[in-house]
Amino acid sequence: MSNLAITMMSRGPADTQALAGGIAQFVVGGDLILLSGELGTGKTAFSQGFGAALGVTGRITSPTFILVQTYEGRIPMHHVDAYRLENIEEAVDLGLPELLDGGGVTVVEWGERIRSTLPVDLLDIRLEYGDRDNDRRVEITPVGRSWIERVDRLKTLASSIPEAEVPPAPTEEEAKDD
Amino acid sequence: MSDIPWSVDESTRVLGIETSCDETAAAVVTGGTNVLSSVVNSQVDIHARYGGVVPEIASRGHLDTLNPVVAQALVEAGVDESEIGAVAATCGPGLVGSLLVGVASAKALSLVWGVPYVGVNHLESHLYAAFLEEPDLEFPLVVLLVSGGHTMLVAVHGHGRYEVMGGTLDDAAGEAFDKVARFMGLGYPGGPIIDELAMTGDPEAIKFPRAMLDRDYDFSFSGLKTAVINYLRANPDANAADVAASFQAAVVDVLIIKTRRAARAIEARAMCLAGGVAANSSLREHLLDACMADGVRGFLPSRSMCTDNAAMVASVAWYNLRQTGPTSLASGVNPGLSLG
Repeated sequence: MSNLAITMMSRGPADTQALAGGIAQFVVGGDLILLSGELGTGKTAFSQGFGAALGVTGRITSPTFILVQTYEGRIPMHHVDAYRLENIEEAVDLGLPELLDGGGVTVVEWGERIRSTLPVDLLDIRLEYGDRDNDRRVEITPVGRSWIERVDRLKTLASSIPEAEVPPAPTEEEAKDD
Repeated sequence: MSDIPWSVDESTRVLGIETSCDETAAAVVTGGTNVLSSVVNSQVDIHARYGGVVPEIASRGHLDTLNPVVAQALVEAGVDESEIGAVAATCGPGLVGSLLVGVASAKALSLVWGVPYVGVNHLESHLYAAFLEEPDLEFPLVVLLVSGGHTMLVAVHGHGRYEVMGGTLDDAAGEAFDKVARFMGLGYPGGPIIDELAMTGDPEAIKFPRAMLDRDYDFSFSGLKTAVINYLRANPDANAADVAASFQAAVVDVLIIKTRRAARAIEARAMCLAGGVAANSSLREHLLDACMADGVRGFLPSRSMCTDNAAMVASVAWYNLRQTGPTSLASGVNPGLSLG
């Protein structure tokens, strides 16, 4: 999409969760992350790794049925699923702008479907099937000023992933450091 | 308002309203178990082309159909509105816009008719599908509640006394059926389509993973979904019936193993199914086999009680009215409501 795009390989759900956990270390209230990719490419796995690193203690399950689920963490996490939405009016009715203004970080699965209703400041993450069963090609594109300013951290993180272990959920001290 | 006078006994007629998802439904039930009418107007046809429930369409559909459905439920029950003793509606979990239509209507009827309003938990109403059809079920019992949005094992120790023993860590069982069917290009809803296709396939043709067998009562269906997709990507010419049958067998195996484990743990008198996936013929057959083997009663709801309906809403409302009284008209809806 642009020369800012970062491409990496995830060798399985643990890598995808490690990437998510790393990104969670430098998100702030109001941030928006879009997850796109076919069924089974790891969008919910990303959301689970992201939430765990934010300090969410409860289960993070697929939001396909409930559409929007909010979890308490270091900052609140709004987990949104646009899988069942087919037109833009329905997305507007979900009240995403209000969610984004509420101070939490919002992760939207199947986000490409409602891209045009969303602010231009977001992290666009695309997951695609790779060669082997568990391989996923991941393209991370910072869009808008606040994410472009974080592009170096994203690059460092992405280049560290293939060997990464799943990071444990941060302790309170670690979370405060960010 | 709390100053609406009310009383409840075996003859109290409760009007139930259900709009949490696809179905617009209304029913009249007396004494918690005597169903005078149960009308369901499904929106599935509207949604079929979308491959899932679309919330805004769902709530508009409920707006259009709720009043006629309520009127029909009264006519079929042979009662006048002045003979209704309470009005109940599903207040969660579900789609917020859809829930609001049912709850707002129920509150309005409560005010106009001067009868109490009862807000009902959708999950609890699924549990009561068993009591509606089999009021003599003895406690404790284990209910496997499986639908498009939920997968949970619930120990029921008495009326209103529930313990959620386990649930899904990712996708609901019905969601896995829907998503696999969509990937295979089979249509929506996926459950009945895969059930039918599986009848002509070999459930042992492909060894799909049985997830989480070592974790007590929890489920995971996301890995199975991905395994099916991986298989289909590697074998595009696979026999669809064999894939459907093998996928379904993997789901049913795990559901049955965990339900038996839960029933043994609480020394349950019966194992029950509830929710939309309870209509799956393979799951029903295997649950009855398990009950026979374990020497406990089995309860399979009729297919009309598996899917969302308002009779179970009116039934729960009657029991709750007796135990805890009416719900405040100031209370709203809760899309993320859980059980217990």
